Amino acid sequence: MSAALASEPAVPLIEMHGIKKFYGQGEARVRALDGLDLIIHEGEYVAVMGSSGSGKSTCMNILGALDVPTEGTYAFKGVDVARLDRDQLALLRRQYIGFVFQSFNLLARTSALENVELPLLYRGYSRSRRRALALEKLAMVGLADRAKHTPSELSGGQQQRVAIARALVTDPAVILADEPTGNLDSQRSREIMELLVRLNEERGISICLVTHEPDLAVYAKRVLWFQDGRMLKDGTPQEVLS
Amino acid sequence: MMVISSILMALREIIRNKMRSTLTAIGIVIGVGAVIVVVHLGDATTRQITDNIASMGQNLLIVSPGAGGRGPGGARASAPPFDTSDAKAIATQVSNVTVAPTASSMSTAIVGNKNWPTSVLGITETYFAVRDWEVGEGRAFEESELNGARPVCIIGTTTKSELFGEGDVLGQKMRLGKLTCEVVGVMAEKATSMGSDANDIVLVPLKTFQRRIAGNFDVSTMYLSASDASVMSQVESDVTRVMREQRRVKAGDQDDFNVRNMQDLMNAISSTTEDMTAFLSAIAAVSLFVGGIGIMNIMLVSVTERTREIGIRLAIGARGREVLLQFLVEAGLLATLGGLLGIALGLGGSYALCKQAGLNFAPVPGIILISFAFSAGVGVIFGFWPAWKAARMNPIEALRHE
Ligand SMILES: Nc1ncnc2c1ncn2[C@@H]1O[C@H](COP(=O)(O)OP(=O)(O)OP(=O)(O)O)[C@@H](O)[C@H]1O
Ligand SMILES: [Mg+2]
Repeated sequence: MSAALASEPAVPLIEMHGIKKFYGQGEARVRALDGLDLIIHEGEYVAVMGSSGSGKSTCMNILGALDVPTEGTYAFKGVDVARLDRDQLALLRRQYIGFVFQSFNLLARTSALENVELPLLYRGYSRSRRRALALEKLAMVGLADRAKHTPSELSGGQQQRVAIARALVTDPAVILADEPTGNLDSQRSREIMELLVRLNEERGISICLVTHEPDLAVYAKRVLWFQDGRMLKDGTPQEVLS
Repeated sequence: MMVISSILMALREIIRNKMRSTLTAIGIVIGVGAVIVVVHLGDATTRQITDNIASMGQNLLIVSPGAGGRGPGGARASAPPFDTSDAKAIATQVSNVTVAPTASSMSTAIVGNKNWPTSVLGITETYFAVRDWEVGEGRAFEESELNGARPVCIIGTTTKSELFGEGDVLGQKMRLGKLTCEVVGVMAEKATSMGSDANDIVLVPLKTFQRRIAGNFDVSTMYLSASDASVMSQVESDVTRVMREQRRVKAGDQDDFNVRNMQDLMNAISSTTEDMTAFLSAIAAVSLFVGGIGIMNIMLVSVTERTREIGIRLAIGARGREVLLQFLVEAGLLATLGGLLGIALGLGGSYALCKQAGLNFAPVPGIILISFAFSAGVGVIFGFWPAWKAARMNPIEALRHE
């Protein structure tokens, strides 16, 4: 136990305590998250599971600094996120977080390459540097030959891979993926999961993803089980899924 | 660097979203173009009218029978006409003035088998100087022709081309009712005034007109030319006094004749042109408004898409102000391009239409600026507004926008 502690970095990547998120007012009030504690260390590969409406997406959005909790504390690399203003949150997302959405969220009528370049644009990289990095990441997701295609000319799996390339292009500390394979068949889903495993193992990028498929959750080293806005189980896939 | 890359990015976005860009730009083009055309046509027309009046002469007075009314021909029927003695009275009793009595009627001029309805004007030797109008070809009337009521005439360029075409005209015979007269001259071409063609006219000696066409000694209108603009008001009041005596108007009674100077005429007409300008401005305002609504609609229709786009940009780490700058540049660029195109089309259209209508085109910089500023302003405001709202949302709210 003490040996394990010593081998872990002093400051966790993500540290949440008593996170609550409520939607609506009075009678119609929904407790999407109802007191969540969560610590994720750098290099972890975490899968989040749970029934529909259990608060998985809400949690991911807060982790990704896309939304703010109603109550509780969230520290990213030891920094209290609640203290950051809008611009600082944007910089946090820009520097450390790659977010992959279930619905891809690529810019329409914009080529795969330009979509992947976009985060670098806001980093002020030169055109040639953007191009090179974006092409490299597209190649990594196996889409080098589709760089000029717009989202409407790509399959769902290809679009999601473009979205992953976009999340990767800034070399983030963590990739947060909310049902990245929700719209894909099982073959494509496995490909995406294997890609994420590779990124985790080869590049040490932390990964936290939401999935409904136990088959896919086994790729992770750690599985969280959500229910009614709380964490019910937290352990290895074998422990949680058995 | 930042600005240039923003502009390049905005250009790319504009090209990427051709449909939206085109529709927005069309709103601006129509707004700016319509206003420019309407205002330039109105301006050219107004200018032509005032120029024509001014070209009639600053020192010109027109004396006609009839009470008060502003327009020519007011209550003329009720007032007795002038006669030659009235002209003489003015010539002898008022100083610094030249009098040109005239009498006129409509008549059909016949040459060979050609008929042409035209106006016939009886004049004296002073007419040319008073109206500042010269004989272009041939000669003016001789004294003997004027005094002897000879059957001679001088015609306008329009009358000439209608009746004689390109052919020889001097020495030719022309029939006016029962009178057959010889053409001795052609007047120099004169600027057309207010729709009526000043060059469509037949001039004959006043005595010829009275004896052989009208059959009376009436004078219908007297043109007076003051020797200098500074004596105009003196001349005007002297003429009024002499004419009241001549026509035995009792003290306290209204004049039964009009003495109008060009300023009066200008004022009378400017009230008409002011109405016209107001009307045109209303049309211009409506077209600007319609263009503005068009721009607004396009922008509002694309709010959802744009809001989601902003959500994406925020989610991958764009700061609010970076997104705003981009949208501002994009809206500004589109509005500027549309505005410039609108100006080009508006000015081109105005020029073509003016040319068609025989008007003198001149740009009105004020209205070009105003219409451009308005349309561009609407474009920028409504292009910017969704972005401004979206950049204030949580990224997740913007992404969920529907
Ligand atoms: N914007 C919102 N406004 C109101 N209620 C919301 C909103 N977003 C989520 N909720 C509610 O919060 C609860 C948690 O939603 P969340 O999307 O986190 O669930 P989830 O675990 O991701 O479900 P799923 O597996 O279906 O995606 C649900 O009851 C949902 O109805
Ligand atoms: Mg969800």
